[in-house]
Amino acid sequence: MSRERALLIIMIVAVCTLITRLIPFVLFGGKRKVPLAVSYLGQILPPAIMATLVVYCLKGANLFSASHGIPEFASAAVTALLHIWKRNVLLSIAAGTLCYMFLVQSVF
Amino acid sequence: MKQTIRFAFYKTIPVLLGYLFLGLAFGLLLQEAGYSFWWALLASGIVYAGSIQFVLVDFLSGGAGVVTVAVMTLLINSRHAFYGLSFVEKFRKMKTYPYMIFSLTDETYSLLCSLKTPAGMEEKQAMFLIAFFDQIYWVLGSVLGAALGQVLPFDMTGIDFAMTALFITIFIDQWREAKSHIPAVTGLCSSVICLLIFGGSNFILPSLVITVGILTALKGHLGEETQVPVAKETPEEKEDKI
Repeated sequence: MSRERALLIIMIVAVCTLITRLIPFVLFGGKRKVPLAVSYLGQILPPAIMATLVVYCLKGANLFSASHGIPEFASAAVTALLHIWKRNVLLSIAAGTLCYMFLVQSVF
Repeated sequence: MKQTIRFAFYKTIPVLLGYLFLGLAFGLLLQEAGYSFWWALLASGIVYAGSIQFVLVDFLSGGAGVVTVAVMTLLINSRHAFYGLSFVEKFRKMKTYPYMIFSLTDETYSLLCSLKTPAGMEEKQAMFLIAFFDQIYWVLGSVLGAALGQVLPFDMTGIDFAMTALFITIFIDQWREAKSHIPAVTGLCSSVICLLIFGGSNFILPSLVITVGILTALKGHLGEETQVPVAKETPEEKEDKI
């Protein structure tokens, strides 16, 4: 692929990505008052989106593969339980990640 | 200012781990496709969106048409359109408004919507620094990946789980604070069901659309926030019923 074309492709991806991020601000930004329905959604959506992102991250775990998704779900459980217990973000993330790295590198 | 920088750095450490590694992976792939680290710098500098940049490598090594590229980018990143809803009012009070919109990735969104600045700290400054640091990690990771190629000192396979773990901890924190668990449960059920129906690469958009639909329909039942001007500033006023 020519370098000009590569540059064009990157530009298109950049612009389209920006468009998706701009949409709510173009629709509801400016000086206008934000519609109630939107501020309501803005307020209650984060937990729902976070749930979606967790599912998105764990979607790669294949229950029918050799590892049966054990590294993913075990490490997610370590992270969650430790966080419920200690409430320390960095501790939970470090423990969960180390657990995952150990499992995928040495066990499965 | 120094205190704010330290605060923002501390908050972004999980993203530092995840972005450095994912960035490295992206840089490596780009280099293998025949593009030097300047291209990694360019892509991570102006696109700055994890999943689509991995697809971008395919675009650049294959011969994807311009329209395909545009449509796929819009679809893959469509979830970002929902993130801004929580920040429409907050961002516009910031001098760095355009940058904040541009840099609203999954991870930055997660950090910002769970952010609680200590008393006396300039919240807008902290928000900007968090967004900015995150992008630095991503750019740094991708440039290093493309420049170093395969010569990495030790096996880091799996370190990207830091991202998953970050989302899990934020989910738990939000669960604790929410007076109603309906939004969280709705998001969870809807995404699992959509994952089963639409598969891993296509489920996010339908899932978010369904979630928004259900939560909008439940509006009256989740309590009224008519007096709350800015999302997330007053989490304790959320959903006072149920």
